[in-house]
Amino acid sequence: MNFNLTFIGQSIAFFVFWWFCQAYVWPLFANILEERKKKIADGLEAGARGQKDLELAQAKATKQLKEVKVQAATIIDQANKRAAQIVDEAKDHAKEEGQRIIVGAKAEIDQEINRAKEALRAQVSSIAIAGAEKILGSSIDQAANEEMLSQLAAEL
Amino acid sequence: MAELADAAHAVAEHGTEVLTVQEYITHHLAYLTYGRFPDGHWGLALTPDEAMEMGFWSVHVDTLGWSIFIGAAFLLFFLYIGKKATTDTPNGMQNFVEMIFEFVDARVAEGFNGKNPLIAPLALTIFVWIILMNTMDLVPVDWITGLASLIGEHVFGLEHMAFKIVPTTDVNITVGMSLSVFALILYYSIKMKGIGGFLSELAFHPFGKWMLPFNLIIEVPTLLAKPISLGLRLFGNLYAGELLFLLIASMLGIVQLPAHFVWAVFHLLVIPLQAFVFMMLTIVYLNAAHESVHDH
Repeated sequence: MNFNLTFIGQSIAFFVFWWFCQAYVWPLFANILEERKKKIADGLEAGARGQKDLELAQAKATKQLKEVKVQAATIIDQANKRAAQIVDEAKDHAKEEGQRIIVGAKAEIDQEINRAKEALRAQVSSIAIAGAEKILGSSIDQAANEEMLSQLAAEL
Repeated sequence: MAELADAAHAVAEHGTEVLTVQEYITHHLAYLTYGRFPDGHWGLALTPDEAMEMGFWSVHVDTLGWSIFIGAAFLLFFLYIGKKATTDTPNGMQNFVEMIFEFVDARVAEGFNGKNPLIAPLALTIFVWIILMNTMDLVPVDWITGLASLIGEHVFGLEHMAFKIVPTTDVNITVGMSLSVFALILYYSIKMKGIGGFLSELAFHPFGKWMLPFNLIIEVPTLLAKPISLGLRLFGNLYAGELLFLLIASMLGIVQLPAHFVWAVFHLLVIPLQAFVFMMLTIVYLNAAHESVHDH
């Protein structure tokens, strides 16, 4: 068992390797692990944030859906009202139109009646004269009885 | 290992088995030594006796060389993996290295309370380096040593060239590391507490200043025992393991194959355990060096 210079050589190697390790090897892995730790932490945080965002978005979507339903209901309501209104208007319009047609028809009928009356009136005198002539057996001077005849026609 | 069995048979035929087993083990326990001969010139020792005579002024080329090679290979491999590593999902090798890294980092985090960014790299270096040096024990004892002996004999003309491949079975290697740790203990003790603080810890604990001699008798051996136990524990475990492999290889003939397997499986526990113990004790000792005792 020789105790010799070898142990000094080993001591020198020991310190050189230690220096090399702390200068070049250790920092590499320390940095990598540190970075990965950070990455994982960031990833987890992002995941949590995503989850939260999703929840918020869902809540928002639900809320919007509700609003939209309310709006849709309002619109349908309005549409129904409007439809009823249009029907009512149409009804009124139709009534008016019918009234107008009736009024027009009445007026036409009155006119027809008047016209017929006029025609009758025109013919009454001659019928009266013809009747009187038949009764009297002679002709009546129309001009002489003009006043009486027109009075008669007016009474009709 | 078949070569080994052949060698054992050849040995048996010559009828000198006991001596040869001893020679075999001695050969495997010797180091390839470069040093200063007693006459003053430097060179490779050709026999264990020559290596002995060189005394302190010699270097175990094999164990120190493997130690440096393994340490450099480990650091360069980690550097390579770290350079091409991504912060995304890590793939196979990066995963493996990160696992080791996080394991060591966690041990330092729970064992070291101070704020010294150099301790964790130190623990990583110690842990992986020692594990790899210990793992060389699992390489069958004659593969590399036998190959080196052949090369030594035929290329360099060195008969029975020793070539040890497990650095941690060399007490110089383990004590070299534990003394480095001891130097760090002293350095950080003095740096954190001042020379006075450090000395007062030795002199005034645990019994207060009126019992100073007793305190010194307790504290100084405690301090000195740290590097010695640290280095010798690792050395003893690995040396014993290696020796058992050598005994199995030299004495059991063909039965050595299952015996090697059983011992290797058991040794698989020792290899990381001893590396872990060395790392943990280093962390604990340096933690104590950073913290001052406030009990009086």
